Amino acid sequence: MERVTAYLVPVWAIGIFFVFILIVVAIFLVVPPLLGERHRERATDLAYESGIVSTGTARLRVDVQFYLVGVIFLIFDIETAFVLAWAVAFKRLGWAGFIEIFIFIGMLALVLVYLSRSGALDWRRKSPAGRRAP
Amino acid sequence: MSPALSVVLCIVLLVILMIVGGLLTWVERRLLGLWQDRYGPNRAGPFGVFQIFADILKLLTKEDWIPEFADKPVFVLAPAIMLVAVVAPFAVIVFAPGILITDLNIGLLFFLAMSSMTVYGVALAGWASNNKYALIGGIRAVAQMISYEVFMGLSLMGVVIIAGTFSLGEIVERQQSVWYFAYQPVGLIIFLIAGLAETRRLPFDLPEADSEIVAGFHTEYSGMKFAVFFLSEYVGMTLISALIVVLFFGGWMGPFLPPILWFVVKTAVLIAFFILVRAALPRYRYDQLMELGWKGLLPLTLLNLLATGAVVLAIGK
Repeated sequence: MERVTAYLVPVWAIGIFFVFILIVVAIFLVVPPLLGERHRERATDLAYESGIVSTGTARLRVDVQFYLVGVIFLIFDIETAFVLAWAVAFKRLGWAGFIEIFIFIGMLALVLVYLSRSGALDWRRKSPAGRRAP
Repeated sequence: MSPALSVVLCIVLLVILMIVGGLLTWVERRLLGLWQDRYGPNRAGPFGVFQIFADILKLLTKEDWIPEFADKPVFVLAPAIMLVAVVAPFAVIVFAPGILITDLNIGLLFFLAMSSMTVYGVALAGWASNNKYALIGGIRAVAQMISYEVFMGLSLMGVVIIAGTFSLGEIVERQQSVWYFAYQPVGLIIFLIAGLAETRRLPFDLPEADSEIVAGFHTEYSGMKFAVFFLSEYVGMTLISALIVVLFFGGWMGPFLPPILWFVVKTAVLIAFFILVRAALPRYRYDQLMELGWKGLLPLTLLNLLATGAVVLAIGK
């Protein structure tokens, strides 16, 4: 199909756009600190914890579940990369490509079923140890 | 298109985005007020529209405080990453014939790549603040955003299959007869939900759930850096709306009115819809959010993808 509007737009315009974005961000981050007030009081350098004096470090350990989500994300995001390549070449690949991606997605669906059955996606723990923090 | 015109368009687009971001802070509060039977900000100027300037002036004169205990370079860098990541994708959006920065042949991929950069902004902000609320908000945000990112891209592949291209300009032109929301209703709904989760808006605002963790990842931010986070939230909402218009609602297409006006009207309606969602729905619980994503929407997206592929092949378009 012929493009209705043939754009003669240069790709380098994207670089110009980035330069202007960076200028705007720099203005936002550099100028306002010069304009604002400055004060130091007794509690200025305390972390905000709803009025309670902070104890201990905020570099806490987080639940391993978050790490698990990160790993699962990697698996499925790489899958996405393959599916993207298939989607854009869809018409040329035809039924053969469809069957291949069907098997590929089917295998990942099996992975998803496995993860779900093994409890990797469960965020509610039924143990008496109680609720997780975040 | 001449180089000078490109530069002018870049500047105009940036200025408009900043104005829209500021304007939306007021529009959102007014619309929420309307839907919740109260007024919202209506004191400064006609309908309270000067509230924006009042807010900007206030934020400018506030102390731009960097905590002593924070990881300072990262603390400053985080809002910058956020803003760049939500503004940059506008470079590939085709607003109307001739009104665009550039029309990359991998436009959709560019959008997905840039918009997933916001995860870094949120994660680094939460970590660098060295505050427990911020840490919890940041870690929640990362898990939520990467979970929904998986099928955010996949939900758009139905459109790519039908159009056969990643170029946003070409996708719009293919919608001359039928807008793609008719072919891809499931894809549209999944992308809408994923968009809400990616911009961390209600009902998925767990990373900044005010009533649980104060303000989440931006608890320790103040002054203009705080404003930059807000600005990027609203620009992000505009971005998702603009992309939905381009991919599902025919972009600039429409009768009578000039193309650019159609684009603006459609985007504005979608933004209003996003605000209505906020007014209407309560916040999800975290385990519900994750289960909805992994066990509900991800399989549904894959199914939609395969079904779309099979139907398109069977019809033999």
